[in-house]
Amino acid sequence: MSGQPLLLVRDAHRDYPHSGEPVHAVRGVSLDVAQGEYVAIVGPSGCGKSTLLNLLGAIDRPTTGGVTIAGTAVSTLTDKAATRFRLTNIGFVFQRFYLLPVLTAQENIELPMAEARVPLAERRDRARELLGYVGLTARADHRPAELSGGEQQRVAIARALANRPIVLLADEPTGELDARTGGDVIALFDRLNRDGMTLVVVTHDEKLAGAARRVIHMLDGRVIRDEPLLRRA
Amino acid sequence: MRFQLAALSLRRHASRTLLAVLGVAVSAAMLLDMVMLATGMRQSFASLLGRNGFTIRVSPRGTLPFDTEATIGQARDATVAIERIAGVTAVAPVLGTTIHVLGGRNPVTAFALGVDPAVQGDYQLLDGRGPTSNALVASDALLRATGARIGDTLDVAVGFDPQLRTYTGRRRVVVSGRARFTYLSADDRAAALQLASVQAMGGADRTDRVSLFMVRTVPNVDPEAARVAIERALPRVTALSTAGAVAEAEHRLSYFRQLAFILGAVSLIVGFLLVTTIVTVSVNERIGEIAIMRAIGVSRSHVVHQIVIEGIGLSLAGAAAGLILGLFTARWLNSILRGFPGLPDAIDFFLFQPDSAFRALALLVVSGIAAGIYPAWRAASLPISATLREEAVG
Repeated sequence: MSGQPLLLVRDAHRDYPHSGEPVHAVRGVSLDVAQGEYVAIVGPSGCGKSTLLNLLGAIDRPTTGGVTIAGTAVSTLTDKAATRFRLTNIGFVFQRFYLLPVLTAQENIELPMAEARVPLAERRDRARELLGYVGLTARADHRPAELSGGEQQRVAIARALANRPIVLLADEPTGELDARTGGDVIALFDRLNRDGMTLVVVTHDEKLAGAARRVIHMLDGRVIRDEPLLRRA
Repeated sequence: MRFQLAALSLRRHASRTLLAVLGVAVSAAMLLDMVMLATGMRQSFASLLGRNGFTIRVSPRGTLPFDTEATIGQARDATVAIERIAGVTAVAPVLGTTIHVLGGRNPVTAFALGVDPAVQGDYQLLDGRGPTSNALVASDALLRATGARIGDTLDVAVGFDPQLRTYTGRRRVVVSGRARFTYLSADDRAAALQLASVQAMGGADRTDRVSLFMVRTVPNVDPEAARVAIERALPRVTALSTAGAVAEAEHRLSYFRQLAFILGAVSLIVGFLLVTTIVTVSVNERIGEIAIMRAIGVSRSHVVHQIVIEGIGLSLAGAAAGLILGLFTARWLNSILRGFPGLPDAIDFFLFQPDSAFRALALLVVSGIAAGIYPAWRAASLPISATLREEAVG
């Protein structure tokens, strides 16, 4: 790693109440992610990967411990401030794409920009530019139901990039895709990282994890191994 | 984009939205009809009584106009006395009686009014000329029953002596005109003659007597002072102002208003529950989408606004459709109720008054806003990570 850490997690715990008993989803995780890193978090189901990603993305707050993103202690932000922080600083990609079915591909990409009050002309241009980046210019006016799974995920990635976030967080982004379309997403993430985007992905997909520059292994809510991979040419 | 998203969300399940709008429209129509019923009769009755500027009715003490066959004596003096009262601009004496039109196989019985044609508010001339000493104006129903036309001569009597089996107070009169009688139904056989003619035909019993006086007062001035002055000047009469008559009618018809109020309130509650249910179902279906919107940085207020807008959209569309439906059903119900025998032609049960109608519909739209608040609050309060976890499992 080089430079000031972009993401900083310190002794983060996250407990959920379940049937009256606390479930310890994350137990004392500490890690740093530098600007421009490409990190994969792997581990068996229920090991706390997604919970950690939610903490990193200011969707959730640690029960104890802290999360700092680009110098902002997001774990102490109010709900309103955290929402604004996510809007302008963090891009999310989910396993099930979750595009709004009533909007076209372009409108889905425009949604976060509209929320950030980006002027209409500017957000149209930016949405077209992003559609071009993910190779879906011709699909701009299609609704999600008219797109394949891989295309929907690429639109979701474009939506995540809409407000020029400082980090892209992805939760099982290839989980619902076949090998070929999953490969397209992996290639897109690789390109994004080469273009300077910081990426943290939670995955079971060995190919996706193998494309990352660093792999964090989790088990029972703890980081059990944190290994940098050889940077490929 | 909130409006666009709200509109698209409603369009997403077009048939469900349409059914919801229809449901709200039925509620709105019922609410509107009940408001029209609650206020319509009162307004219609007040408007009927206030026609031609007559604001006070003077009848024999303790009676309502034409409630009994009692009459007021020394009518000429009484007329002069009333005319002298401050604020009174005209006095119209009226003597009511029953007439028999003879000549046909069976005599035709009709209601007749003796009036002063120069100052009267009982009929509106549709054709021909007003009554003279030997002429009358007749309603269409009387003309139909007798087969007479304007210009024909009728043999008219005001009484029947059963011992002598002869008609009394007979007179041959010409039909000089055709008229619509303001306070009678279209099916009533009626005629208007000069007051002096009716008094003369009635003999000694009717000489210088009237059934009531209709009194016109200065426009836009409360007639109460004049009403009190009339009762003070003529101790054997009851003077009833239009407001008093309306209050009396309202008292007699209070159950109508109560029923209308209850049914209107039920309509409002049904509309509210319908919008709440539809918006709640819609929100529950989109729980994952809403959680994702919140995750990518869409604010709570955006989510709340979007869902409340959906509720308002349903209410507005329902209210607009309900306005049309309500007007049609009111017209239909009005035509049925107006068919009751004996009701004045000018009485309406359902009267469209823009102020009341739009206030009622505005209340429905406000209830639509309130109906959207609960599902909106629920959606905006979603724990994002827990919802995403449940959605991922589901």
